[in-house]
Amino acid sequence: MNTPLTPGVVAARLTPQEIEANFSDLHPAYDPHEALVAADRCYFCHDAPCVTACPTDIDIPLFIRQIATGMPEAAAKTILEQNILGGMCARVCPTETLCEQSCVRETAEGKPVDIGRLQRHATDALMARQGHPFSRAADTGKHVAVVGAGQAGLACAHRLAMKGHQVTIFEARAKPGGLNEFGLAAYKTTDDFAAREVDWLLQIGGISIEYGRALGADLTLAGLSDGHDAVFLGVGLGAVNVLGIDGDDAATDAVDFIADLRQSADLADLPVGRNVVVIGGGMTAVDAAVQSKLLGAQSVTLAYRRGRDRMGASQFEQDLAATKGVQILTNVMPVGYADGTLTLEYTADVDGRLQGTGEQVTLPADQVLRAIGQTLVPVDGLAVERGKIAVTEAGRTSINGVWAGGDCTAGEDLTVVAVAEGRDAAEDIHSALMA
Amino acid sequence: MADLTTTFLGITSPNPFWLASAPPTDKEYNVRRAFDAGWGGVVWKTLGEEGPPVVNVNGPRYGAIYGADRRLLGLNNIELITDRPLEVNLEEMTRVKRDYPDHALIASIMVPCDEESWKRILPRVAATGCDGIELNFGCPHGMSERGMGAAVGQVPEYIQMVTEWCKKYYDKPVIVKLTPNITDIRKPARAANAGGADAVSLINTINSITGVNLDSFAPEPTIDGKGTHGGYCGPAVKPIAMNMVAEIARDPETRGLPISAIGGVTTWRDAAEFIALGAGNVQVCTAAMTYGFKIVEEMKRGLSEWMDEKGFARVEDFVGMAVPNVTDWQYLNLNYITKARIDQDACIKCGRCYAACEDTSHQAITMSDDRVFDVDDSECVACNLCVDVCPIEDCITMEQLAPGVVDPRTGREVPGEPGNWTKHPNNPMSQAAE
Repeated sequence: MNTPLTPGVVAARLTPQEIEANFSDLHPAYDPHEALVAADRCYFCHDAPCVTACPTDIDIPLFIRQIATGMPEAAAKTILEQNILGGMCARVCPTETLCEQSCVRETAEGKPVDIGRLQRHATDALMARQGHPFSRAADTGKHVAVVGAGQAGLACAHRLAMKGHQVTIFEARAKPGGLNEFGLAAYKTTDDFAAREVDWLLQIGGISIEYGRALGADLTLAGLSDGHDAVFLGVGLGAVNVLGIDGDDAATDAVDFIADLRQSADLADLPVGRNVVVIGGGMTAVDAAVQSKLLGAQSVTLAYRRGRDRMGASQFEQDLAATKGVQILTNVMPVGYADGTLTLEYTADVDGRLQGTGEQVTLPADQVLRAIGQTLVPVDGLAVERGKIAVTEAGRTSINGVWAGGDCTAGEDLTVVAVAEGRDAAEDIHSALMA
Repeated sequence: MADLTTTFLGITSPNPFWLASAPPTDKEYNVRRAFDAGWGGVVWKTLGEEGPPVVNVNGPRYGAIYGADRRLLGLNNIELITDRPLEVNLEEMTRVKRDYPDHALIASIMVPCDEESWKRILPRVAATGCDGIELNFGCPHGMSERGMGAAVGQVPEYIQMVTEWCKKYYDKPVIVKLTPNITDIRKPARAANAGGADAVSLINTINSITGVNLDSFAPEPTIDGKGTHGGYCGPAVKPIAMNMVAEIARDPETRGLPISAIGGVTTWRDAAEFIALGAGNVQVCTAAMTYGFKIVEEMKRGLSEWMDEKGFARVEDFVGMAVPNVTDWQYLNLNYITKARIDQDACIKCGRCYAACEDTSHQAITMSDDRVFDVDDSECVACNLCVDVCPIEDCITMEQLAPGVVDPRTGREVPGEPGNWTKHPNNPMSQAAE
């Protein structure tokens, strides 16, 4: 039996029971009475600030009032009309920087209405019932190709199917769900929720998925355009930034670590270092760091090159990491990794430019995870702007008949933003096809 | 330290909080617990005639209305008067009064509307040593179908007649309990007064259906698929009760008639409000049924604290202090002009004042792109709706326009002198009134 002190990168540092407890639901579901009490706190604001803050414009006061009046399933329809992945967004949205940050009760008491958990209460209630709440319009005879079965692609496909179009999704991996399935901390989406949500979404009908198919491999944009009435690209960011230091090869990608973890049949089989260092300051970095700790690493350090205020991870995520025992080290950049030791140099912001101060610090590190961002794998022929596929408002790319949305286009790299972009592109595609 | 000892109709009790005639006062066991918990008095659950007692339903007796977090706002019941033999109740009352001589014990009575029935029961009640009687002319369900309870309380002539019998055959205080299920509460109060009642108590419960089960399509509480109207009580009925108490307190014919106020008393403040409206004491039921007898402790401590702050040494010192300020609409000062004022520092920008005013009132609140809400004095009629819907206490207040200032809504100066409808030029009766 291994322990957190076992040297190297090994599995089963904790008992299966401890691991199971560690990876339980971060925000457990409300029971019905708890939901009523929480819902009652909503003031039903006029032109509510929370709605303005929601990238998918969910009518939050309305759905919360529907919960309060004993109609959680009707509330779910209000949510899902705007955001078909409302169940996942309820779990993973950084609500503390979106709807809940703008809640007037945050202003009043520093304690917003718990919108995320209420949304989960509603969507769980609806999904617990068999069947799908939306139906398809009459077949239009149009066929749209969607590349990527992530959040943007699924949202786009669902809306298109609802409008009566036939949709084929081409997915590079063997499973749908994108980052919901492969890229989020397990404690945010327990009980295989990501896969269940996709199964539920596909009940709309009219959507088929072909796995193991990717642009740049067996697909070309021109080929897709020729064979379909429109193309939507929800390809995400396929490449990972490297550290550019000596010993980079010995480090691994945090996204791969998380994907392995998410697909692992038994977390006790998953190896993790005794001393883990995660380089980066975003959500992925926190997800990787916290999960390393939950797997039983003795020490986990999150090393970020700037100050806390610049971290991509929200305050809530930073606090979560700290609560779970992750040490956050700021204003450091890696300079070398060899013999189980990571060397970092302190940084300073000089006239807006980050520079090393010359002072170094070393950390024991059996495992170094890179989480310093992902980048677009360019698609032939498509204009790129600031490293993302260039689009106009509703996701129209530089090529006629090709739309794009989600992380591969500009905008915050959030599930909820990807859903909004996929949905809006679908509406635009529909208008274009039916014109 | 205020002295809560209250003397009502010559009956002294350690505090003005009595338990009303109701389920909590049906048995010696409960009443002893109530006195031990600190209640000042008890009106025993209504006694009926000698003989086979009434029976109650064996399904649910209560229905409820809830606020947030299942806070009980209103309760209704279809329980009848005591369903235990008269003799048992009388024996228990005798023992309790013997053991608690300093606490008030009142017998509530409901027997058929004939002199013989009352003549028969009154000496037996007197023999218990209780301090007075309360005539149950209010119970709205079950008994009223048999010509008792509210069936008497809705006919002023019967009230007077029965009260006269009671004064004839009983020499301690007679309190007449009134039903609110009537158009003008002053009529039964006047009848009780005319019959020689020492006091009235009100309100009894209000005819009500608390809900409809939308699966069985039956009213609640439901007994084997059917329901009936029950008596509504609890915090929800307090405003109705307060108005009725005030109407009796300010009626020239009943002014000065002692009142024992009943209806949703849940806190010390409720009691203080009723007493200010003319009640000599209060009776409580639903609060005790919701929270248990200990609730009286808050009422006593709260009332005592407030009386100290106000400088009232005894409850009698503020009985009826609000009565002179209850008036008819026609005497309200139409020259008192106020405008809503929003405290921007306190405002949390929920916009409820805006929605309420814009959709349902006078379009007197403006909203900027960055959610700043302001009052447009040229439209504000000072209706107070914005104050009422604002979730933040004291964020919106009403500010009086000083005499001489021009009201932007009317373009006229605020008059220095008060003026009411009786003298208003638009009132066709105003000339006649002079």
